[in-house]
Amino acid sequence: MSVTYIDAIHRAMEDLLAEDELVFLYGEDIAGSFGGAFKATKGLAEKYPGRVMNAPISEDAILGVGIGAALGGMHPILEMQFADFGTLALNQMGNNAGAHYFRTGVPVNLTLRMPCGGTPGGGPFHSQSVEALFAHYPGLHVLTPATVGDAYDMLKQAVQIPDPVVFMEHKYLYRRVKAESFTNPDPLPVGRARIAREGEHATIIAFSAMVPEALEAAQLLAEQSGYEPEVVDLRSVKPLDTDTILASVARTGRLLVVSEDFPWGGVAAEVVARVAAEGLHLLDAPPLRLTSKESPIPYHPELWKAHRPSAATIAQATRYLISL
Amino acid sequence: MSGVIGLDQVALRAYRGMCLARAFDTKLSSLYKAGKVFGGVFLGRGHEAVAAASAAFLERGRDVYNPFIREMAGRCVWGDDALLEACRSYFGSALGCMGGKDGNVHWGQPTQGNPAPVSHLGAMLSVVAGMMLAKRLRGEAGGVGVACIGDGTTSVGATHEACNLIAVEKLPVVVVVTNNRYAYSTPNCEEFACADLTDRGKGYGMCTYSCDGTDFLQTLSTMRQAVESARNGEGAQWVVATTLRMCGHGEHDDAAYIPAELKEAYAQRDPLDVARRQLLEKGWLSEQEADEMDAVARDAVQRALAQAQREDPPAPRTVDWRATSWNPQGA
Ligand SMILES: Cc1ncc(C[n+]2csc(CCOP(=O)(O)OP(=O)(O)O)c2C)c(N)n1
Ligand SMILES: [Mg+2]
Repeated sequence: MSVTYIDAIHRAMEDLLAEDELVFLYGEDIAGSFGGAFKATKGLAEKYPGRVMNAPISEDAILGVGIGAALGGMHPILEMQFADFGTLALNQMGNNAGAHYFRTGVPVNLTLRMPCGGTPGGGPFHSQSVEALFAHYPGLHVLTPATVGDAYDMLKQAVQIPDPVVFMEHKYLYRRVKAESFTNPDPLPVGRARIAREGEHATIIAFSAMVPEALEAAQLLAEQSGYEPEVVDLRSVKPLDTDTILASVARTGRLLVVSEDFPWGGVAAEVVARVAAEGLHLLDAPPLRLTSKESPIPYHPELWKAHRPSAATIAQATRYLISL
Repeated sequence: MSGVIGLDQVALRAYRGMCLARAFDTKLSSLYKAGKVFGGVFLGRGHEAVAAASAAFLERGRDVYNPFIREMAGRCVWGDDALLEACRSYFGSALGCMGGKDGNVHWGQPTQGNPAPVSHLGAMLSVVAGMMLAKRLRGEAGGVGVACIGDGTTSVGATHEACNLIAVEKLPVVVVVTNNRYAYSTPNCEEFACADLTDRGKGYGMCTYSCDGTDFLQTLSTMRQAVESARNGEGAQWVVATTLRMCGHGEHDDAAYIPAELKEAYAQRDPLDVARRQLLEKGWLSEQEADEMDAVARDAVQRALAQAQREDPPAPRTVDWRATSWNPQGA
């Protein structure tokens, strides 16, 4: 049997509905026989009547309802149809949910699922990676799974964490990433990064859809040049596992951070800042970032491929880093 | 509830809340002018009748109450701890429900049906919707949510999203719109173009009401009808109460933009005076009892303000700075 990343998300929600009667799902087009723009909730409304609910096209209000429902003791899982539209929910998530525990001592147990990231033909407004926008606000956890096992485990953990959690699920991975089962061969708690490939010549930090690209780049480098970069999958960008990052940099002396987001003030900048501040003495070369371009995400697949980091450009950047 | 407790009892409780709110506003204004309050001060002068009525038919523990900026009278009706909590909020007392981490009108007790409002206008309506949805999902019947907003806040996108959703889900929510003719300095005509704010409620498919927000008994009976309808399963209700803000937006603001004629037109319609007159006419209160209630309110305000000012402030070294309740191991 082979299962996909989106199967894992579907299964996690199905199991959550079965195991936790406080869980309900709320979002646009997720109910009925339709089951969501990406079919992540297909069949769940029929199986759990009244607990999978369609919302009007009101991203701000969807989040507000989630906050209120959480205050009322429920464990809402909210869906943005696309992470790009999550900007309309950013106020409620950052200013209301995010500030709530600090202001009142009462945690807001909600999970916000956001289908994110680029796919061919997605264009400027169905492709974005908004994790840095959400991670900017105090009070939120931002999870960015890259594997089938993490997609399953981390969605379940997201509901167990009593705070507002942003679950960034990458659309490019939905049906491209497969595994034998949902069971994580290497289960880790939220907040721990994973060494996705061991190496010695450089550390490549990646998350979400950049993890398979970085692994492919490492394979290319090993085959073509005999270099063995270490690939670290962050798994969550907030909390950010600085310890694992620094330990890897201590082994390799070189750092490349890859992110699909725009360059300005993103997760890559945060990682570089932390390594520079806490581990400058570990570096044998300046830390590098590889991000998408400083331009909106283009529609044509050839432009899109050139806009985002890929295995080829990651390999190229790693070669340059090792040459420094 | 009004079926069990007579309207006279509800009216007296509401009037008591109004007296407390007015006494609180008067003292707070002086303290602000004396430089004793950290940030802004936002009063409810002119709003007391609507504010008190908005909470008058609710029951803490079963219902949800979401006051807006000028609902001090309603907060006092909602709970006896409101006066002290409001004082603690303004003075940032460590013992307040916000512990000095938020202040002025931004306080609440979210586990007791009173969500802590954020500044972003309109953002709390959908939170109230969610609290009522949670009750529905948990099978808790009979609760009503009252969410208060102002005329200007009907222009906010979040308000529209939430009101539409509340109506679509037929949630037992009463949206109380206090039209005080201004949003900060902006008059109604620059805020919306519909003939009447009840048009907005009708557009959402809500049952709408309008009343003179300076007329205590009229406002009270309007609210009773709206809350009862929501409680009886008739879905979302939209109440527009018209009054004038008889003060600045905040105490930093002299409201020079409100024409003198309008201020004069309302000079004889102070909700406290109208309410007192009406209660005397009904024979629900004597002159002496009214004076007593006033004096008791002023004493209570003095005591609460003194206590809040005496209490320890939050200490930066010992306060809980964590923004999340869960943190990864080792972090
Ligand atoms: C989204 C948002 N925009 C602007 C403000 C600043 N602001 C606070 S109160 C206010 C006026 C509100 O007017 P209204 O809704 O009529 O209530 P009123 O103050 O008259 O009681 C403004 C503009 C804010 N708090 N939130
Ligand atoms: Mg107004």
